[in-house]
Amino acid sequence: MHFALLQALGPPHPLAGTIADKLWLLPLLPLAGFVINGLLSLRAAYHPGPADPFAAGHGEGDAHASGAGHDDAHHAPARHPFAAAVSVIGPAVLIAAFGLAAAIWMAMLGAGDLAAPYVERYYAWIPVGALNIDFAFQLDQLSMVMVLVITGVGALIHVFSVGYMRDDPGYPRYFAYLNLFVAFMLVLVLGASYPVMFIGWEGVGLCSYLLIGYWYSDKANADAGKKAFIVNRIGDFGFLVAMFLLWANLHALDFAGIQANASQLAFGGPLVTTICLFFFLGCTGKSAQIPLYVWLPDAMAGPTPVSALIHAATMVTAGVYLIARSGFLFALAPVAGLTVAVVGAATALFAATIGLKQWDIKKVLAYSTVSQLGFMFIAVGVGAYATGIFHLFTHAFFKALLFLGSGSVIYAMHAAYHHTGKHDDAQDMRNMGGLASRMRVTVVLMWVATLAIAGIPLFAGFFSKDEILGKVLERAAGSSLAGAAWLGIPGSAVLRAVYVVALATALLTAVYMTRLMLYTFHGPNRTGEAEREQLHEAPWIMTAPLVVLAALSAVGGWLNIPDVLGGLGPVHVLGRWLEPVTGAATNLVGAEAAVPASTEWGLIATAVVVALGGMAFAFLRLKPAALVPKAAMPPATGFARVLENKYYVDELYDRVVVTPVVEGSRTVLWTGVDKGIIDGLFVNGSALLARAVGWIGSKLQTGQLGEYAWALALGVLAVLGALTLR
Amino acid sequence: MASPGLFYQFHFYLFGLLAVGGSLLFVTRRSPVAAAMWLVNVMFCISALFVMLDAQFIGAIQVLVYAGAIMVVFLFVVMLLNLGHPSEIVDLRGNGTRITAGIVGIAMLAEVLVLLKVRLPAVLPAPAETANVTTAIAEPLFRQYLLPFELTSVLLLAAIVGAVVLAKRRV
Amino acid sequence: MIDVALFFSAVIFVIGVIGVLTRRNAILIFMCVELMLNAVNLSFVAFSRLHGVAGQVFVIFVMTVAAAEAAVGLAIVISIFRHYESVDLRNINLLKG
Repeated sequence: MHFALLQALGPPHPLAGTIADKLWLLPLLPLAGFVINGLLSLRAAYHPGPADPFAAGHGEGDAHASGAGHDDAHHAPARHPFAAAVSVIGPAVLIAAFGLAAAIWMAMLGAGDLAAPYVERYYAWIPVGALNIDFAFQLDQLSMVMVLVITGVGALIHVFSVGYMRDDPGYPRYFAYLNLFVAFMLVLVLGASYPVMFIGWEGVGLCSYLLIGYWYSDKANADAGKKAFIVNRIGDFGFLVAMFLLWANLHALDFAGIQANASQLAFGGPLVTTICLFFFLGCTGKSAQIPLYVWLPDAMAGPTPVSALIHAATMVTAGVYLIARSGFLFALAPVAGLTVAVVGAATALFAATIGLKQWDIKKVLAYSTVSQLGFMFIAVGVGAYATGIFHLFTHAFFKALLFLGSGSVIYAMHAAYHHTGKHDDAQDMRNMGGLASRMRVTVVLMWVATLAIAGIPLFAGFFSKDEILGKVLERAAGSSLAGAAWLGIPGSAVLRAVYVVALATALLTAVYMTRLMLYTFHGPNRTGEAEREQLHEAPWIMTAPLVVLAALSAVGGWLNIPDVLGGLGPVHVLGRWLEPVTGAATNLVGAEAAVPASTEWGLIATAVVVALGGMAFAFLRLKPAALVPKAAMPPATGFARVLENKYYVDELYDRVVVTPVVEGSRTVLWTGVDKGIIDGLFVNGSALLARAVGWIGSKLQTGQLGEYAWALALGVLAVLGALTLR
Repeated sequence: MASPGLFYQFHFYLFGLLAVGGSLLFVTRRSPVAAAMWLVNVMFCISALFVMLDAQFIGAIQVLVYAGAIMVVFLFVVMLLNLGHPSEIVDLRGNGTRITAGIVGIAMLAEVLVLLKVRLPAVLPAPAETANVTTAIAEPLFRQYLLPFELTSVLLLAAIVGAVVLAKRRV
Repeated sequence: MIDVALFFSAVIFVIGVIGVLTRRNAILIFMCVELMLNAVNLSFVAFSRLHGVAGQVFVIFVMTVAAAEAAVGLAIVISIFRHYESVDLRNINLLKG
């Protein structure tokens, strides 16, 4: 294929002519997978008879294990006829994409110090007057990190899905959507301008909707998909407004152009602050922060690998990527940065408290994701863009591992319930317990992830979380942020409060994650006598990706070792790698003085104490033995009930926003405008007008000659009148 | 030419008013025969006006053709269809129609008179004296207007044929 | 006298129009039309005094056409009378619609 590559003038980029030229292949591979799997999915899995499995709803509708020799009249009789082909094509395109990404990365390493990004322009997408948006991809260190995470974790999750979704009748459709999602996500991170990034932004939103509502025959799932899409849309509005403001003022929409013109923006001025805040509105939608996080817990209605890929590792991190990419804008707006940090901190604490009292294993993980995303936003809010990306990176590993591990658990629970025909909630922790002895590999891997997320030293989460906390305090001591005021409060005080909140959240994180592990894997088993024997480990195709992820969760943090722990290995590898992209912005916000080593040791110690303390608290106070199965559990009371009902935020939104909008639409827009004006006035009215004119016409054609004579006379009168009056 | 003499003017107005009066009576008669008679009277008066306007030939033709032939045909048809008795047909319409027609008529009259006032030159030039009226008409008729003349004769032929065909009984 | 003649012509014409509008007997309406034609002939002749003999030639044509029209029209009325047994205009409404 030959594309007209419109290269910039000047000395050629070091990466030109290497495998980096095949950048376009990266999103194209999963896109091809989408097309092929999509075509295969057009062939129906079976021809449903009177006993259609979709007619009998299956609760949250998770994976079905066909079991051996079952005569379930209400299940799909066999796998999809093209399942074998899809099992190869679906993961293969992702593995190929990862291979290509790795090769490109090697080329980048070999090319030495790359100060400028490698931009490939493919064609002039929107050339309208002064507006010239090219469809172009930008390859630099930041996008490389994101591409590796997306393709790598994505490939692992695809392999896991081969086992998890084995018997689903819509198997090819699932992989088609998953491939499409990866394609769009790659477009998002590779885009060289905000509009191209927005293509990906919208596309992943679409795929999220498609995948959340994957089992659409159950209305609750379809509703969850709609909720995700609509809430995302509100954020997209913010993104669009920010783009419009950028265009109106800087007349550029590509990153290079904006960065060059950024000096025109007044530091801390209202314009750049507004732009950044609107971008952040988009981030709250996509990355589930307050106030637009409400879709993420509901999104757990989708298949578990989807939750792992989209709502843990990749899509929800798009907001963090956006802010990191727009660092040169956010660095100019300290107030916006403080807002981001405050909202991130608030969200982190808020979600962590809710997670303490959730019983559905996936919901706990969902709120954990929201909370951890809050951490990432704290990081990019205070201008530590590389740190935010670092936490994004490590979080992708351990959160994907947690989700996939819970997927294995749910898979086992479903299999057990199918065997006995019981219809309990397979995802509720109150129905689990004591799975450690029955799923030996999974429990170990999950513990690795739990230690990582809690921040136990030397695991991945420890390094990233600690770095965030350190950066916050660094900037609190002295920086452009500390000097600014947020709603009247001096920035340094705000940042110190953010630190305290983040620390409290870390404590709660340790608590709820340990709670999850205790209730699920340890203590007595509450599943039921008959089912107990059926609980067993997941097949190797599902466990192997978990092993890889666990390894990464263990050592992934070593990618950005802080100075004080320099004895462990090379320091700040990731930070130095991302320096050409984020360095300038970081320094603009940056701390006036680095934290002394003693303070740093103190911070580390505090973090470790908090983590261990949280876990200990959970071990001591929570008694898994005291739990009863979900069906027998009495309803919660008091503050616990508030937490369990997620602070009634959904109900609040429903009453304040949704119901007025729906009612207003129904009464004003539907009855008034649609039925009254458009139907009544325009459609029926024009028909009425035609009939009236016809009625007049019919009165003229009576056939009565006398009346014709009258018409003649009046006509003559009129003509004479015209002549007279002239 | 001097302004026409009193004798001339008096008779002009006389015949004019007779024509107008006759036509008014014509439109208000209930009996078709009476109405036809009044129409004949109107035609005679108009013929007199023609003669006074130096169109003597036309005046003669008017009596011969209009009053003498066309009105006779009308009367023939009225008699043929036995419409002579006034009591059988209530022919005139109600008062509302008459008033409205009157208004329309007056409006039309007003407009025409205004137009006459505006369009006619204030002082009318004196007409040329013609020696032989018939020659004066015949010459253009058979020279310049020969084609319309021939076409009119074709029209008459068509009318005759048409009338015969239309009025024929189906035998 | 021409303007007087034109005045009379206008009045007679209008009376003819009123007659057409107010009468219901088809033959009488026809006669009113003849009245209108006469009024027009009068104005033609009056104008011919101004503009030459062409007006009078035209009058000849008008008379001829009026005769032809009267013949055909009355033939139509007769055939209608045979169908409807009356010449009331209200019955002749086949052009309806």
